[in-house]
Amino acid sequence: MMGWFDLVLGLMLCATAICVLASRDLFRAIVMFIVFGLLMALVWVRLEAPDIALAEAAIGAGLTGVLLLDTLGYLRRRFTAAVKEEKP
Amino acid sequence: MIRLLAALFACLTVSVVLVVAIINRSLPEGNLPAQVAERLPETGVSHAVTAVLLDFRSYDTLLEVAVLLVAVVVAMALREAQPDGPDRMGLANPLLRAVVSWLLPLMLLVAAYLLWAGSSMPGGAFQAGAVLAAAGVLLRLAGVGFNWMEHPMRLRVVLAAGLAVFVAVGTGCLIAGRAFLDYPPKFAGSLILFIECAVTLSIALALVSLLQLAPPQEDGPLLPERRRRFRK
Repeated sequence: MMGWFDLVLGLMLCATAICVLASRDLFRAIVMFIVFGLLMALVWVRLEAPDIALAEAAIGAGLTGVLLLDTLGYLRRRFTAAVKEEKP
Repeated sequence: MIRLLAALFACLTVSVVLVVAIINRSLPEGNLPAQVAERLPETGVSHAVTAVLLDFRSYDTLLEVAVLLVAVVVAMALREAQPDGPDRMGLANPLLRAVVSWLLPLMLLVAAYLLWAGSSMPGGAFQAGAVLAAAGVLLRLAGVGFNWMEHPMRLRVVLAAGLAVFVAVGTGCLIAGRAFLDYPPKFAGSLILFIECAVTLSIALALVSLLQLAPPQEDGPLLPERRRRFRK
């Protein structure tokens, strides 16, 4: 039973990793990255490393996601500002 | 086509090298978990991971804390080059504020618990710091400004406190005639907790500052209390 769970978990981890890398939409990539972080935390729990699971869930999925979203918002604002300057 | 073939070739080469490395890896000598369990009483903590992180391999943890501090210093330097403006981060959403005010005490409690639990079960300074930082980030997203973070000296003292306390304890061990960061067994447990407290605060503040040091937004709500403060 747990073997199947691990297999599905591993496959989903690979699938989300590919989604992050292949996604053209940056917002979508960031959301997939957060999902990847949460799945990774589950993997750490399955590997009996709850310490790393806690850190991964909090830092890998939570804070990094917020920082990436913030950066994306900044880049979008710069982009729209640049477009406005080109077409006065 | 040629680029595709080159990429494929590079991928295959790296994969083969990785597989060979995994097959031929040298296993660590001796039974490490047993060695840790054997020396655990000397560390004053009863959780093996905390003992490894803050006693047996405390030098690694010290440098990790230093790396985080350097990251914030770089972010501060980059922020200097950006134009200054009023703080517009966050949403002026009353619902979000209400939820945050419910969540915040719980998050503070969880952070304190994780820090305390670190000595006997999974938890510790990094996890507690991360939860504390998440609380700070939520506050920022709910549009609460951190006035006290604009006081540069106060901010820097707390940011550096973790590393400073860590180095001070290590140097204290040197002065007491032991090796660097080789705590005397009698005080090891309390010294580790002391270091963890300082490191938790520094980590939390470092992670929040990374968000705080983002360039100011041009759009977004200018909340009344901040508008007043910026004019002044």
